[in-house]
Amino acid sequence: MSTHTLDITNERCPMTFVKAKLHLEQLEPGDTSEILLLAGEPLDNVPRTATEQGYQVLETVLVRDNVYRLVIKRPE
Amino acid sequence: MAEKNKLSIISMSGDFDKVIAVFTLASGAAAVNYEVNIFFTFWGLNSIKQKSGRHFLGKGLMARFFNFLLGGRKKLPLSRLNFGGLSPILMTGMMRGKNVATLEELFEASKALGVNFYACEMAMHVLGLTREDFIPEVKDVIGVPSFLEISKGGETLFI
Repeated sequence: MSTHTLDITNERCPMTFVKAKLHLEQLEPGDTSEILLLAGEPLDNVPRTATEQGYQVLETVLVRDNVYRLVIKRPE
Repeated sequence: MAEKNKLSIISMSGDFDKVIAVFTLASGAAAVNYEVNIFFTFWGLNSIKQKSGRHFLGKGLMARFFNFLLGGRKKLPLSRLNFGGLSPILMTGMMRGKNVATLEELFEASKALGVNFYACEMAMHVLGLTREDFIPEVKDVIGVPSFLEISKGGETLFI
């Protein structure tokens, strides 16, 4: 089990979602990832679609102005 | 896990801007877990040619000449104000400068996310092209009935 990181705060649609999806697909069962993203479209859709694909969103924290950190886990 | 939604796109235009729309929608939808199918027909076939520049492809003199003029993915014209091919280069530079994905990046993202590419059998026949003229990611060469079957139950766009 390891923790990965991804910063998509500089990405624009659709690469925000493309990079998040490809990143999550690389997680091994039990791995977690910390994803930095912006409020709005990314925050509305990355956790929603990750949940739809069976991942667990463990945490959503505002880390600085308009930037959130998601902690997502791939179930064992 | 939620049931997969489905988006099917008929890609007929060979215009740079419209092909960007095709691959933006395709990669965006695949990234949020849609099943995505693209049916490339007529000028849309240019964007999935194996050779992305200008090459004499196809069987027969007319087909070879025509395919040379049409070119591949790196020679697509802007639908308006193309200025002899200068505008797509400028547009790509502007997109890169604004940190927006370029056509090539959207195309690669679509492939990486498993978007299903289908080539139109009839248009290939007209343009004298064979499966070997296209990228290996093309899943199948199909006609209208197969596309209707593949797209059934989802949303379909014509671009």
